[in-house]
Amino acid sequence: MAAGHGGVYREPMSWIKTVRDWQPTAHALAGLAAGALTAAVLGGLVIGWLAAAWSLVDGPTGGWELAWFYGAVVLAGPVLLLWAIYGLAALQRERFRAVLRVEIAAPPRAPGSGLLRPLRAWRAPATWRQLGYHLLAMISGTAGGLLVVIFWSAPLLAVSYLTGGFGEGANAGIGVAVLGAAVVAGAMVWAAPWVARSVAEADQAGARALLGPSRNEELALRVESLARSRDEVVAATDAERRRIERDLHDGAQRRLVSLAMQLGMARASLGDDVPEPLRQVIEQAHDEATEALAELRQLVRGLHPAVLDDRGLDAALSGIAANAPLPVRLRVDAGARCAPAIEAVAYFVVSEALTNVAKHAGATRAEVTVERPGDRLRIVVADDGRGGATLESGGAAANGGGTGLRGLAQRAAAVDGTLTVDSPPGGPTRITVELPCGS
Amino acid sequence: MRVVIAEDSVLLQAGLTRLLGDGGFEVVAAVGDAESLLRAVTEHRPDVAVVDVRMPPTHTDEGIRAALVIARQHPEVAVLVLSQYVEERYATDLLSERTSAVGYLLKDRVAQVTDFLDALRRVAAGGTALDPEVVSQLLVRRRADPLDRLTPREVQVLQLMAEGRSNNGITEALRVSPSAVEKYVSNIFTKLDLAPTDIDHRRVLAVLRFLGA
Repeated sequence: MAAGHGGVYREPMSWIKTVRDWQPTAHALAGLAAGALTAAVLGGLVIGWLAAAWSLVDGPTGGWELAWFYGAVVLAGPVLLLWAIYGLAALQRERFRAVLRVEIAAPPRAPGSGLLRPLRAWRAPATWRQLGYHLLAMISGTAGGLLVVIFWSAPLLAVSYLTGGFGEGANAGIGVAVLGAAVVAGAMVWAAPWVARSVAEADQAGARALLGPSRNEELALRVESLARSRDEVVAATDAERRRIERDLHDGAQRRLVSLAMQLGMARASLGDDVPEPLRQVIEQAHDEATEALAELRQLVRGLHPAVLDDRGLDAALSGIAANAPLPVRLRVDAGARCAPAIEAVAYFVVSEALTNVAKHAGATRAEVTVERPGDRLRIVVADDGRGGATLESGGAAANGGGTGLRGLAQRAAAVDGTLTVDSPPGGPTRITVELPCGS
Repeated sequence: MRVVIAEDSVLLQAGLTRLLGDGGFEVVAAVGDAESLLRAVTEHRPDVAVVDVRMPPTHTDEGIRAALVIARQHPEVAVLVLSQYVEERYATDLLSERTSAVGYLLKDRVAQVTDFLDALRRVAAGGTALDPEVVSQLLVRRRADPLDRLTPREVQVLQLMAEGRSNNGITEALRVSPSAVEKYVSNIFTKLDLAPTDIDHRRVLAVLRFLGA
């Protein structure tokens, strides 16, 4: 039933039942006080400023000190006014929050810092909107508050009217007057909550339009918050992968090496008199353990290459290039290192791109180049294969992202990078990825 | 042959000790970090030290750095470095200090017991043992293109030479005749403009220098 939920016109009239029903009234009264305060502060500032300016222009009557004082006031005036606007706006928002339980977000602060901020702030639309609200509050806030006061105090007014009007009243009129006053007063009190709610609604409409952020500003705030949370997710995934790599390295990989080693020792110590089935079993077990070891190593490398942290992209990429089934020429421009998450994306891009080349391109050689133009990282993977690659190619169709060129493009986009594919049918193919280096 | 083992995983340390013991080596000390390794080497003067790359406290490249110290301070001690993943940068660091009695292998290789023991004996005897994966990485990074002049077979032989194998080892690996291997080797040296040399580790040096290690 509190104002702010549903239109007041649609709701049935209801009387005061709970504390919440008092909110619009309290809000209107607070608005009255706030309006008065706003008038006092803004009015005082403006008048003071004008007076100082006028004195300066007219010629200071006092000594030089007075002139400096007036000058200071004139200069400081706009800044003080700015503070007053924002301060009063915050006060009004607090009024809405505390009394009416309505949240109105503050518009984003003006950009810039230090001395330039006051100047920029005067150019921000938010400042003028808030000033508009204050002007409105001075007039309509006061008016609305008075209206609410009048309606609630209708009985008192009626009584004072009746007693005042009575001195020597006509007898015939007394009954009518009393009845009339009673009826009017009663109706007014009965309607008071509705009046209070209407005033609160109107005030709220004004406040939302003027005290809060505009649609554009709201969108900008939202974009900022989304970008921040996106960055957090990217960093968290990266950290998670590293953790898994470390755990696998310290746990499963070690055990598997030990297992394979023991099986190897068993195999090596088999004498000639060992029955054939036993020999076969042991040999097979050893071979499988060795393969499992190799696979696990590939998996762990695919998760996160530890060498990337230790020695950088240069070293990590030479590992992939060496493992590729076709000759790969690698050229890495040494430069300052990029953020770990960025280097990880670069690593996976090269890894996946080379896998694609090996699987689909029918190429005889490939070339991987990594450069650092400015503060961007550019990776180019080129091959002399049959071309025809598009963003949809590579990876399994059912592979919901992460592999395939589209998956790579997404990965690049997640760190604000780009991926372009230049692959005419007949070849050659050239995949270019550009990433911001990050800090 | 007296060996010192440095490996921080208790499981692997025990396994290696057993493996080396069975293989005819005498394990005089088994430690779990770089400091203890250096102390043990100074104290026991083994023939060879088997060192894990990643050890406490930072678990990055303590092993390599310790190996370099050993190479400098104890030239009579051979060093074999084991790593969970091979990194040509580490290999380059190692080889910059010495090119004989040194080895760098993927930890997985210990599962191939006979090969591993052969490599260890080779290193202890003053030869080299480089993991084939490291050699591939080096090949990939070469700046020069003369490698294009080599036939695929010759590239294979080049890789085996870089791994530290002797002519006999290459003969076994490729299953060709020793004279064929000699021919490949001399072709390689000619095509790459390298001075021919018979001594194994010098030719490893030459090959690696060529590969830009």
